[in-house]
Amino acid sequence: MSLNRDQINSIAHLARLSLTDAEVPVYQDSLSKIVDLVGQLDAAQTAGIEPMAHPLPGLAQRLRPDTVTEKDQHELFQRNAPQVEAALYLVPKVIE
Amino acid sequence: MSTSNNGWETVIGLEIHAQLSTNSKIFSGSATAYGAAPNSQANLVDLAYPGVLPVLNGEAVRMAVKFGLAIGAEIAPRSVFARKNYFYPDLPKGYQISQYELPIVAKGRMEIVLDDGSRKTIGITRAHLEEDAGKSLHEGLPRQSGIDLNRAGTPLIEIVSEPDMRSAKEAVAYLKKIHTLVRYLEICDGNMQEGSFRCDANVSVRKFGAEKFGTRAEIKNINSFRFVEKAINYEVERQIDVIEGGGKVVQETRLYDPDKGETRSMRSKEEANDYRYFPDPDLLPVEIDPAYIGEIKATLPELPDEKAARFVLAYDLSQYDATVLTSSKELGAYYDDVVKALAGEKLPSKEQAKLAANWVAGSLAAALNEHNLEITGSRIDAKRLAGLLGRIVDNTISGKIAKDVFEAMWAEDKSCDEIIEARGLRQITDTGAIEKAIDEVMAKNPGQLADYRSGKDKLFGFFVGQVMKATGGKANPAQLNELLKKKLAG
Repeated sequence: MSLNRDQINSIAHLARLSLTDAEVPVYQDSLSKIVDLVGQLDAAQTAGIEPMAHPLPGLAQRLRPDTVTEKDQHELFQRNAPQVEAALYLVPKVIE
Repeated sequence: MSTSNNGWETVIGLEIHAQLSTNSKIFSGSATAYGAAPNSQANLVDLAYPGVLPVLNGEAVRMAVKFGLAIGAEIAPRSVFARKNYFYPDLPKGYQISQYELPIVAKGRMEIVLDDGSRKTIGITRAHLEEDAGKSLHEGLPRQSGIDLNRAGTPLIEIVSEPDMRSAKEAVAYLKKIHTLVRYLEICDGNMQEGSFRCDANVSVRKFGAEKFGTRAEIKNINSFRFVEKAINYEVERQIDVIEGGGKVVQETRLYDPDKGETRSMRSKEEANDYRYFPDPDLLPVEIDPAYIGEIKATLPELPDEKAARFVLAYDLSQYDATVLTSSKELGAYYDDVVKALAGEKLPSKEQAKLAANWVAGSLAAALNEHNLEITGSRIDAKRLAGLLGRIVDNTISGKIAKDVFEAMWAEDKSCDEIIEARGLRQITDTGAIEKAIDEVMAKNPGQLADYRSGKDKLFGFFVGQVMKATGGKANPAQLNELLKKKLAG
C-alpha cells in the first residue's frame, strides 16, 4: 500500500510537522514501507489469541495510596519556561 | 416518546465528566484542591518532564468501581489505559491518558422519571477513567494565553450514555440523576460552576419513525442544568432549519454561548478528531478481582432511588415528595431524622410523614435558600423541627402560628416550647374563650351580622378573620369554625 501526498500532509499536520515539498516523497516512501510491514503483521493468524496490551505477562498495575506527596515548586520548574507571567506559562494566543 | 416540531424526533446522548474527589492527582502525588495559586499544584509528572512515569491512584480506581456498581454496570476484570493524542497548550504531554477499548465500567443504566410520571431507562454505554487537562486563561493578555496546569492530571470519570434521550427535558432529568448519584457516592462534589461536573451533548434529529440516526453535532461547554436544556433546544431548532432549508447537518463540535443563547461551530476541532489512540506503554493493565468488588459493594450507601422507594413505601409519600427529599443524601437523612423524632418508637402516620415532608421541602428549604445554606448548615436541626411539628400535631399551635415560631427558632437557639410560652402563642382550645371572642365580634359588627343572616354567606370568612384577629391568631381553627357557624345562625 502506498500513501498519497494528501495523506502524508495530513499525518504531518497531526504531528505538527511542517514538511517541505521535497520532503513529502521521502516520507511517502518510508511511511508506506512501515504501513506495508504492519500489513504483513496483519496477515498473521491471530484468531483466538488475546490481544496483548503490555509485554510484561502476569503483571498488573500497582496502585498508589491517595496522598499528596508533592510540594509547590513552580518557581523552580518555570525557570525552564520561555515566558512566564503571574506564575502562568505564556503561549501564543489560543482561543475559540 | 416525545416528538416535536412537525414530526422531527430529537435524539440525544450525553458525555458527562465528573472530577473524582481524591486528594491527589490520578497519576501523581500533586494536590487537587480547587482555587490554588496558578501552577502551585503542577509538578514534574503533570508538566510532562522527560523521564517521569505515571503511577495510578488507587482511590480513583475505587471511586470508578463504586460508580459502576451504583449504575448496575459490569466492572471490567481487566482495563487498559490508552493515549489520546492531540496538541493543545493545556495538555503538556501532547496526549491525554484515557481509556479506549477496555474501559473500567461498561453497560450500566439509569432510570429517569418523566413529566407524566412514567419511567424510562437510559443506557450507559461506559464510564472510563482519565486525566483532566489544564486551563487556558485569555483575559488581560493581548496576544498570548496564560496556562495554569493545576487541573492537569485531576482524575475524571467520563460517563457516556446511549443515544436514548428524546428531549432536552429527558437529558436534564438524566443529568440531574447522575449529579445526585455521584454526590451520594461521595466521589464528586458536583460543583458545576467550578467545573467539577460538566457535560457535552450529542444532538441529532430525524423524521419520526426513521430507523437511522441523523448526523449529530457535539455541543461543548454546558455548565449548568438550565444551559443544557437551552443549548439542546437551540441546536434542535437549528438542525431542523438546516434540513428543511434543503441543507445538510455537518458532523462537528459546537460551542454553547450562554450570553447569546446559541451554539456555534468550533472550526479548530473539525480536523482534530483523529486521536490515534493506542495503549499507554507506561501503564500496565488494571486488574480487579471479585473480592475487591465485593468490598466496595459493602460500602455503598443507600442510593437515591432506593431511598425514594423506601420513603414512598414506609412513609406513604408521593413520588414527587420522595424525589425532592432524596435530592441529596444529607437532605434525605435530615428528613428521616425528623420523621423518627416525630413518631418516636412507632411508625409515623401518613399525616405525620406528609407534615414533615411539607415543612422540610417548604419552610425549611426556603429558609436555607434565603440564607444560602446547605441542609447540613441548617440553624434548626432535625430534632428541633420535629419538636415544632409535634406541637402542630398535638394542637398546641396552629400551622399558621407554627410559621412564626419557626422564624423565631431560626433566629434564636431556643426550643419551640420556650418560644410558644414566652410569646403566649399557645392555641386557644377553651370553648368558652372562643365563644366569648365570637360574641364580642358579633356585637361590634351588627351590619355584617344582619347581612350574613339575610343570605350573604360569603361574610363567614369576614367573621373568621375578625375572631382570629381578636385572639391573636391563636383560636383553634376547627373549633372556631364550628362555634362560629352555630353562633351566626343565631
